Parts: sequence; structure tokens; C-alpha cells
Amino acid sequence: MTTTMVRAENVHKSFGHVEVLKGIDLEVTNGEVFCLLGPSGSGKSTFLRCINHLERIDGGRLSVDGKLIGYREEGDKLYEMREREVAAQRRDIGMVFQRFNLFPHMTALENVMEAPVQVRGESKAAARKQALQLLDRVGLAERAGNYPAELSGGQQQRVAIARALAMKPKLMLFDEPTSALDPELVGEVLDVMKDLAREGMTMIVVTHEIGFAREVGDTVVFMDGGVIVEAGKPADVLGNPQHVRTKAFLSKVLS
Amino acid sequence: MTVTAQSPERVRPAPIKAIPVRRTGQWISAVIVAALVASLVWSFASNDSIQWPVVGEFLFNSNILRGGITTIQLTVLSMVLGVVLGVVLAVMRLSHNPVLRMASGAYLWLFRGTPVLVQIVLWFNLGLIFPRLGFGPVSADTNTLISAFGAALLALSLNEAAYMAEIVRGGILSVDKGQTEAAHALGLTGARTMRRIVLPQAMRVIVPPTGNEVVTMLKTTSLVAVIGAQDLFTEAQLYGSKNFTTFEMLLVACFWYLVLTSVLTFAQSRLEHRFARGTAQGGPAGPGWASRLSANLRPGRSTTEGANR
Repeated sequence: MTTTMVRAENVHKSFGHVEVLKGIDLEVTNGEVFCLLGPSGSGKSTFLRCINHLERIDGGRLSVDGKLIGYREEGDKLYEMREREVAAQRRDIGMVFQRFNLFPHMTALENVMEAPVQVRGESKAAARKQALQLLDRVGLAERAGNYPAELSGGQQQRVAIARALAMKPKLMLFDEPTSALDPELVGEVLDVMKDLAREGMTMIVVTHEIGFAREVGDTVVFMDGGVIVEAGKPADVLGNPQHVRTKAFLSKVLS
Repeated sequence: MTVTAQSPERVRPAPIKAIPVRRTGQWISAVIVAALVASLVWSFASNDSIQWPVVGEFLFNSNILRGGITTIQLTVLSMVLGVVLGVVLAVMRLSHNPVLRMASGAYLWLFRGTPVLVQIVLWFNLGLIFPRLGFGPVSADTNTLISAFGAALLALSLNEAAYMAEIVRGGILSVDKGQTEAAHALGLTGARTMRRIVLPQAMRVIVPPTGNEVVTMLKTTSLVAVIGAQDLFTEAQLYGSKNFTTFEMLLVACFWYLVLTSVLTFAQSRLEHRFARGTAQGGPAGPGWASRLSANLRPGRSTTEGANR
């Protein structure tokens, strides 16, 4: 059964006078791996951050699992959500950042335990058990007691993925998860993401890893200048790009 | 270009033994400084005008000790009140509400723009313009309500709050924005993010200058002698002028101030180690307690030094 996980209709977003998103329309179905490519400044990260309301959209409609993000619609009026309601929506959407953003004053284990205990009110024992399982799943069971500063970039990013998974999200957002990593550490993070994809997680991935998009992606979207330029199956968009800008971008990235 | 890969059987060379650079200037300046210090100590120790036995006798005088207790009470209470009010002011200053932001800004402008000595005297004389304080039918005589100690506590804590507000604000702003975003993305609310994620990290930046503030406060309490708040300095001055031993009693006061600042400085470096959890080396690479002590003994506020670390 395919249901829609994320639906964007004519999404607009401006920072001051700069319009970053100029009408994004897309649909992500359940279990899909959706890759967003494009040059920096194309608006792909901004769009990703709109999905969990880290940025608020100025126009259009954006919904996750059938529910509008950040707003409540009653009749023909939109009401801004309260902080508590926004937080509740975010529980089900995991996010992995380019710069990891692990909590430096907590161990890897405490990082993964934090949200289940603080947000879902789980017991510490249950959260610890689950956190250890998740750390084991990303291959870091033996680093549970280490602080982020004692881990390599790749290890930190894998802990960050485990931390997001601890909330049992129905959707995972990845914002250039390998861009801050040394080349030899990229593989270990991509491997964890591939496993996730194989298990059927719905994922939206902003990335420069063309190889990952080709291998794992179900849909690839190329964005430039705040609009979607081209979208389709990886083989089509990456193998046989139709648009000049896509061709230019791919030739630079792949060379 | 010739490059040879390291071969395993290569012999490790003997450690370098070189003649160290002669540091003649250092020796000369050390001798000069030592001579100056020695003559200074001697001029005090051999001075017949100082009655050293009196200093020893009054060191543990009960009134002096009671004054010392008052000084400690004033320091602790005004710091506690100052920190609490300072956190409130800092959060107000960072709030989205422009009225709160401006109120906090005005408070800082007022209390940092006037000398604390003037503020102390002002609170002490509040009775001149408001003979009675209270709400509606409930009121009391201002001078009974605000004793010398009360006026001192009020002035010192309100003044301290203005400085603490800036320290706390700096600490909160020092935490990377990505931390708040990560916490929000996990579903933590704003208040919980502040308490669980931002403030614990801000503490690392807040604690060192706050420690300096405590030491500064300890010394600033001596100003309340102008309103006779019975602190260490008040008592020492009182005894000195009564028994014509002014200088001896000042030495007694200095002795206790030094003891207290030394103890506080030691406690401060202990505390900083605790809040350095999870940083690169696990502990701060900052100055040890000895160099911190020398910094605290220098005149003037040393908050900026702490913040820059």
C-alpha cells in the first residue's frame, strides 16, 4: 500500500527580501528514499528544514502524514500552532544534521536516551536498553560511554542517526549528512543509511553523494534557484538529464 | 626530490644535547625584584610604628570575626540574589518580547551606569523620600524595614544582577544554534531545551567569570562600611580609631580578606573542572588556581578575562 508521507504544494519561503523557495510541489510516498540534489543556495536544505518546521513557510501547503506542519486549518482559516503542538509534530520526524549537533555534555548513550526520556517520558532503564540496541545497530555499542569530542566525525554522525531513530520516527530527514566528513569516513555513514532504506524507512536526503542517490534513491530531484528543475527515477535524472542546469551540475559533481 | 620510506631497522638517533641560550636579562631583573621585595618587607617588619603584637592579638578578636561572618553573609546572599535576578534579566534580554528586552536593557543601563558606592548610600537613605513602605493599608517604617545590612544587601545584589545578566547572556549566546535546532528536531520544547541542553553548556562559559564575580563581591562588600553595616572593614576601622591602632587593624582586615579570596579562588578552579565535561580534553586548559589567584588580587573587575578564556 502506498500512502503519501510528505506533500508539498506551491511552498514558498523568503528570508527578508530573498526568496529561497519559489513554489515547491512534490510528494514523497511511504517507504520511499527521496534524494534532493542541487548546488548550494538552491534551497534544498531550507526546504528540508521546513518539513519539521525549523523554518516556517510563507506560502503554500506542507503536510506530513496528512497533517499540516506548523499550522492548524479550521474552515478557511490557518492558525499558527503553539510551541507544544509543533514539538509534538516533530517527535515523529527524525533529523540528521550536516554538523552532527550531538549534545557535547552528554555521552553517546545519553544523547540517544535524551529524547525518549525527556519527550516521551520513558523510564531511564527502558530508554537505556533501546539506546544500547540502536548504538549496536550503527556499530557503536562499545563507544556508548564516550563523549562526542572523543569520537570521529563518522562515529558522531552514526550516533546522531541513532539519536534520531530513538524517537521511532516515521520519516527521517538528512541534511547533507556526509558533507562535513573526511572522505574515508563517508562510507560508514552511508552504509548505516542504506540499511535504514532497506528496512523501509521513509527518507528525504539532501546530499552531494551521487553514488548514494543512484544506488539507494527511489526518486531524485534536482533543485536550483528555489525551484525543482527536474525529478524522476535516479537512472533517468542522473543517467539522462534533460535540463541544461542538471547537466551542468552533474558534470561538475561527477568530474 | 628524494624521499625514502621509513625502513624498520633504522636506528633512533641520540637525543639532542645543546647548550641552552643564556638568559642574562632574566637573572638581572630577578635579582632587582627580589631586592625590592626584601626591602619592602623589611621596612614593614622593622617599623617601630607598627605594633605587631596588636595585630596578632586582634586577628581572632570576636568582633572582628563577627564582622568577617557578616562579610561572608553579605557576599553569599548578594551573589545568590544577584545570580537569580541576573538569569531572569538575561532571559528577558534574549526574549522576543520588545517590552521585556527594553526593561532589562534599562535596568542594566541604570545599575551599571552608577557607582555601587552611591547605590549603597542611596538605599540606606531611602527613608528620606519614602518614610513608609508598603501596599495600601499594610506599611512599615522604611528605616526599620531596611537596616544597614538590608540596604547593603539590596544595593549589592541589585548591582550584581546587572553584571550577572551580561555574563549569563554571553553564556547562552555562546552555545551553538545547532544545539537548539537538534533539541527542537527531537521534539523538546523551548523551556526543556534551555534547561537540558543550552544552560548546561552555557555553564562552562558562565562559571569562570561568576567565580571572579564572587571574589570581586567579597572585596566590594567593604564599601558598606560607609553606612556602618558591621562588616569586617567596619569593625576593623571602628577598633582602630577607638584604640589608636588604625594601621594594625587595617592589616588584620587585609589578612582575612586574603584568606577568604584564596579559599574562594581554590573552590573556583575545582568547580570549573566539573563543568568542563565533554570538552576536547575533558578538562579546561585554562589557568590553574595559583595564576587565577594572582589575577583576582589585581585591582578592578576581572570579568572580561574570565569570559575570554
